[in-house]
Amino acid sequence: MADRIRIENSFSQNAKVGWYLAKRDIKQANKWTTMLIVAVMTFTFLNLVVVSGILVGLIQGSEDAQKKYGIGDVIVSSFINRAYIENTSEITKIIKTIPGYKNHTVRFGGSARVESNYRSTLKPGEVRDGAGATFLGIDPVQEDSFSGVSKFVIRGSYLTPQDQDSILIGKNLLYEFTPIEAPGFQTLKNVSIGSRILVTSGSVSKEYYLKGILSSKVDEFDSSVVALDSEVRKMTGRTDLNASTIAIQLQPGSDPVAAKQFLLDSGVGTYARVQTAEEAFPKFLQDMKSTFNILGNAISGIGLIVASITIFIVIFVNAITRRRFIGILKGIGINRKAILYSYMYQAFIYAVFGITIGMAMTFLVIKPYFTAHPINFPFSDGILVATVTGTLLRGAILLVTTVIAGYIPAKIVIKQNTLSAILGR
Amino acid sequence: MISAKNLTKIFTSGDQTVVALNDLSFSVPEGQFLTVTGKSGSGKSTLLYQLGLLDLPTSGEVLIDGVDMVPMSENDRTMTRLNDLGYIFQDYAILPSLTALENTVVPLLMQGYSKEEAEIKAKKALEKVGLLDRMNNLPSQLSGGQQQRVAIARAIGHDPKIIFADEPTANLDSETSDQVIQTFIDLNREGQTIVMVTHEPEYAKLAHRTITMADGKIVSDIMNGQRH
Ligand SMILES: Nc1ncnc2c1ncn2[C@@H]1O[C@H](COP(=O)(O)OP(=O)(O)OP(=O)(O)O)[C@@H](O)[C@H]1O
Ligand SMILES: [Mg+2]
Repeated sequence: MADRIRIENSFSQNAKVGWYLAKRDIKQANKWTTMLIVAVMTFTFLNLVVVSGILVGLIQGSEDAQKKYGIGDVIVSSFINRAYIENTSEITKIIKTIPGYKNHTVRFGGSARVESNYRSTLKPGEVRDGAGATFLGIDPVQEDSFSGVSKFVIRGSYLTPQDQDSILIGKNLLYEFTPIEAPGFQTLKNVSIGSRILVTSGSVSKEYYLKGILSSKVDEFDSSVVALDSEVRKMTGRTDLNASTIAIQLQPGSDPVAAKQFLLDSGVGTYARVQTAEEAFPKFLQDMKSTFNILGNAISGIGLIVASITIFIVIFVNAITRRRFIGILKGIGINRKAILYSYMYQAFIYAVFGITIGMAMTFLVIKPYFTAHPINFPFSDGILVATVTGTLLRGAILLVTTVIAGYIPAKIVIKQNTLSAILGR
Repeated sequence: MISAKNLTKIFTSGDQTVVALNDLSFSVPEGQFLTVTGKSGSGKSTLLYQLGLLDLPTSGEVLIDGVDMVPMSENDRTMTRLNDLGYIFQDYAILPSLTALENTVVPLLMQGYSKEEAEIKAKKALEKVGLLDRMNNLPSQLSGGQQQRVAIARAIGHDPKIIFADEPTANLDSETSDQVIQTFIDLNREGQTIVMVTHEPEYAKLAHRTITMADGKIVSDIMNGQRH
């Protein structure tokens, strides 16, 4: 040995030989088996990205809807213990000076009870067909330019500024759209466009014609009886012009936090509560967001485990059936690490193919599809949320998991006695 | 160059013990072509596994250039197999997913040669065994004799100090066997040290020296007078 230079097997040498063996193993592998493994990787990746992406997308879609139709980017609302915003007209002027201001809408609110069959005489034991609702007063022109609410009128037509005797009703108040009969939850039955509806707010009642039925993705409209702002003020006994909420839209790219700060600096905070959309999202959305996150992660976790087990089995079977050849490789002096790397490379290659195909499907097929055809959920238009970084991160997690899943079985087989492996004992 | 000193290998399974090698000592000088014969079960393969560092003896030493390889780490023994030894199995034991050339290239790559250098050396080895024209064939596309010659090319590609062959012709017809043996003779003429187990007395006689084994012991150790 003295006359010969001892060549130590470095990492790069082991890696080189491992790669050489892996490439040829994959080339010689059964085409169908390879396709099956890559398919498993692809589906695992999609499971990782798409399932949680849709869950997040439901929330995202809902938040987008809230911003677009309901609360805008910044919302000014009455303090909890007050029914209205003091100095509404002053505040409105300030709002128009917000840098990046785009649009706003002033809404008047109260609560009301609506009844439809109040004209018929009740049979003994029967109760009136009625429902409690938010009584929302709007300026139809301003509101439509803000939220485009008129396009949510699914039956009948939208209000005009002359419609003192007409109302719109949200679908959540109608049995036809919300066929739920639960204690304490009442809906109106047997109403159609032109029906007369009795609205009672406090001690004041008035009869209106049903002009249209609203179906949007936000509670603001879907659970409300909508009338002209002047009507709501009259019914709720409001003599001034003070509103309950003012929703503000900003130009795209404007910072809502800065806009909020602008309003607070202008003294709006003494008369009303100022919130960004982020702060004002309904609690159910925020709760759902965290629930969906947990759910998405759980599903992704299971997907990862399934992929790991699949790769584990594939590599294990592969290594076991090649136990003899692994023995021969060791017998002719191939370093264990080189053999180990060859199996890790194989797992790596399967994962890279699977992830690449999965990426292509996500960004070229699935995401565009959901953007074009959002999932119709009651509270949102569900889209697929898949950011490039988030998706790459999931890909990286899958890659690492797969390589580890390939490492373990290879290690187990490579550890076996060389001679026994060669002789098949 | 390589020697066995008081080599003993005992197999125990349950209460049964088999003494496959019984306190056996001999040494092979550089350039010698040594054949090992003996009845089935006499311990020839077991001897070769110990000398080829594929197995660990129960006791005794395996010296390569005076260094006992038995107490060495598995990694060092693997390194020695790679750099100093060549091993040829009865059933070729070449890798089915690699071509003749690739099979020969792998140990050279492991030694640290670049792919190009490794291929040049591998082609030389394949040329020596007369298989250059089939170098891009997979084992499944080669005959038994050709596969065995791939195994020889793989064993000699890195110029080992010594090559071991355990009944390399057992699976071959006589004509192919003759070719394989002729390959060994040619290699030996160029100075290659060879230890070969064979059942065929004619082949045994072609070597410089023949050891005959029985019950794990050397029962005769003769120099063959007439040498090709
Ligand atoms: N792993 C083992 N476990 C138990 N006994 C073994 C083992 N390997 C070999 N033996 C025994 O050791 C003895 C020598 O076996 P070996 O294979 O070396 O014989 P051989 O001379 O090569 O025979 P053949 O000519 O048939 O190849 C035999 O009795 C065999 O049964
Ligand atoms: Mg034998």
